[in-house]
Amino acid sequence: MVAAPLGVLALQGDVREHVAVLAGLDVEVVAVRTVEQLRAVRGLVIPGGESTTIARLLETSGMRTLLAERLRDGLPVLGTCAGLILLSRSVVDGRDDQWSFATIDVDVRRNGFGRQIASFETVVEVEGVGEVPGVFIRAPKIESWSEQVTVLATHDHGTGRTPVLVRQGAAWGCSFHPELTDSSAIHELFLASLS
Amino acid sequence: MTLLSDSSVVGSARVKRGLADMLRGGVIMDVVNPEQAKVAEDAGAVAVMALERVPSDIRRDGGVARMSDPQMIQEIQATVTIPVMAKARIGHFAEAQILQALDVDYIDESEVLTPADEDNHIDKWGFTVPFVCGATNLGEALRRIGEGACLIRSKGEAGTGNVVEAVRHLRTINAQMRRLTSADEAEIYRLAKDLQAPLPLVLEVAATGALPVPMFCAGGISTPADASLVMQLGAQAVFVGSGIFKSEDPDRMARAIVEATTHYLDPSVVAKVSTGLGAAMRGAEMASLEQRLAERGW
Repeated sequence: MVAAPLGVLALQGDVREHVAVLAGLDVEVVAVRTVEQLRAVRGLVIPGGESTTIARLLETSGMRTLLAERLRDGLPVLGTCAGLILLSRSVVDGRDDQWSFATIDVDVRRNGFGRQIASFETVVEVEGVGEVPGVFIRAPKIESWSEQVTVLATHDHGTGRTPVLVRQGAAWGCSFHPELTDSSAIHELFLASLS
Repeated sequence: MTLLSDSSVVGSARVKRGLADMLRGGVIMDVVNPEQAKVAEDAGAVAVMALERVPSDIRRDGGVARMSDPQMIQEIQATVTIPVMAKARIGHFAEAQILQALDVDYIDESEVLTPADEDNHIDKWGFTVPFVCGATNLGEALRRIGEGACLIRSKGEAGTGNVVEAVRHLRTINAQMRRLTSADEAEIYRLAKDLQAPLPLVLEVAATGALPVPMFCAGGISTPADASLVMQLGAQAVFVGSGIFKSEDPDRMARAIVEATTHYLDPSVVAKVSTGLGAAMRGAEMASLEQRLAERGW
């Protein structure tokens, strides 16, 4: 039997970069745009992009309900930036109608590090891995989190140290963009957790 | 690029181009007030372009078109959570400085406004905020990238509701890139001369077959089918100017173009969202135009 592929949610955002990183790690990847494709994957990456846009397209494509179910059933998932926002418990200061899957017990603030002018690159120390490049683009800031959440990396951008890479069970959330760098360390961590 | 006290860096090419990467597969909508910005965000726009008049009105009104009033830009920034872009005149680096001071997320050095300098574009490397510029061919695109543009949009012909020029420009850029990838080493120099483009960038395109920055499409997109067309021709996202708020039912048109841009490879989705949309904006034949905006910029 052929193993089910890994999916990258391909509604909007930097899908191509995630697909390239995973393909580079010899993983079979499918760009997920439909309910049928979502049903078939063994894990999912939710890329960077605009969380309000991706949320809306999840609704119009009919995938919201199925993805919510699959996440409740423990579908392994890695969300970067907008992906983290979609997996969060709540969005602080979001739009009134902003919803999220509440897969990871974190409360995030959209653009918590500032608008585009404040977007930055730094080095992030990841537990058990070491230093990885951290590209933060209008990045969400994790402002609070529950005991269920394992914090694997933090960053202090002048306003106190906050988590930037977290895990809760099969769900991983990352406020920066590992897919925009040469390092595949974060994707490898996620892949290792699948087996 | 600036080094901060915690040894992080702002304004690097990676974070500037990176925001463009995040907009891929999305629709950037022209808006002239906070109400339209809200409609755009509700419809699923990935960003809005704040400007005083949409291109079709600029065309109709004539006169000098300039950067928008900062107050209008700030009201729009306060209304939406998605990125807010704004336009500066070609070569008008002081307008760009103002837009950077206003904390806009992207500056469009745009031919839709009246150029301020007929020889030079803005030196975009000196800014922390990223720039998008228009191009009608590969040489123009690479010259803009050489000046520091982090995102290229094919120009099309803004304010016409006619996609023909957008198609021409996309096809031209793609054909010229394909020509470079098949050139032998000796031909590259000649092609760089013909393109009037910086040699290092020409060599990069020859090696990769793609622009070093994302390429979006603008100018004349006014239906979901237009969006699907230009996405299939290689655009990675679309700018829609007059096409939404000059249509009969802007809210529906906006939602339809958003869906068509995502599902551009699935004609059944594009067909569904195109059904019963009401009238698209009234378009214009190229031959009827008094001024071609795409000819601005050099």
